[in-house]
Amino acid sequence: MVDKSELKNDELVIAGRTFNSRLLVGTGKYNDFKETRAAIEKSGAEIVTVAIRRTNLGQNQKEPSLLDFLPPDQFTYLPNTAGCYSADEAIRTLRLARELLDGHTLVKLEVLGDSDTLYPNVVETIIAAKVLIKEGFDVMVYTSDDPIVAQQLEDIGCCAVMPLASLIGSGLGILNPHNLEIIIHKLSVPVIVDAGVGTASDAAIAMELGCEGVLMNTAIATANNPILMAGAMKKGIEAGREAFLAGRMNKKLYSASPSSPTKGLIK
Amino acid sequence: MKIVINGKVKEFKRDKMTPQDLVNYLEISGQRYAIEQNGEIIPRSDFLERDIKDGDMLEIVGAVGGG
Repeated sequence: MVDKSELKNDELVIAGRTFNSRLLVGTGKYNDFKETRAAIEKSGAEIVTVAIRRTNLGQNQKEPSLLDFLPPDQFTYLPNTAGCYSADEAIRTLRLARELLDGHTLVKLEVLGDSDTLYPNVVETIIAAKVLIKEGFDVMVYTSDDPIVAQQLEDIGCCAVMPLASLIGSGLGILNPHNLEIIIHKLSVPVIVDAGVGTASDAAIAMELGCEGVLMNTAIATANNPILMAGAMKKGIEAGREAFLAGRMNKKLYSASPSSPTKGLIK
Repeated sequence: MKIVINGKVKEFKRDKMTPQDLVNYLEISGQRYAIEQNGEIIPRSDFLERDIKDGDMLEIVGAVGGG
């Protein structure tokens, strides 16, 4: 039994930082920065991922940037290594991110294996994670749903392990809930589902399995109404978390149990 | 001198400049950015100390929307 006071203190803790929201969101694929801001506000997310890219030079430098709409003092930035296909590229990107964000150490490491599937290259990921952790980064790591790799990433010192539910941007939902359950059962650091969530029920299922959080971008940004979907995701995450904490009833495959009294039936 | 900034060749009439000179020239001082010179990050504290010279490869990056 979880009483209300316990729920009140149900914070997500990552590398010593505490968060009230268990929904982490990306900032890509929106129509404009205004929509990005509105959707993220509605989602209640406190951690937002950003990509590191070459600055557009020679363009109008007075044009607003993402950081104007999502000020780094209001959100926890999680710079990612999207688009990196080797450990070296990922390490280089995150060193630049740390300089860019004034020494900020919390990062999302992802090393991709193939541009068709964006499936993670776990070998390169492990190499990069080792170097980054040695350099003082707090590494939240995107990985496959392989429980052995997930365990290795924890053992190396990653502060959160983030297995995919299905391919990035696919919206296919949680394809292997049993692997996620094994990972959640085995690991001590937060397990956060990253990638593949398509709609609010997917987010709820991830949380019901016992995930500590869910990271998503496309499911919100490419919904017909991203702001409405952001609110739906927030509720899905909260519903799934509370259901997990409440502890679900046992499944009874062959014996139905009526909720109404079996005595006093009118005959 | 000729330097390469974000993959594009840029020519200047001077022989060297500091990273701060370059930032001023590009008018990016109001933004968040990080600069890499020949693969090595230039810490902000070194912007007046270092020299950018002919043939240097520079990367100037910022944060953009991404998942």
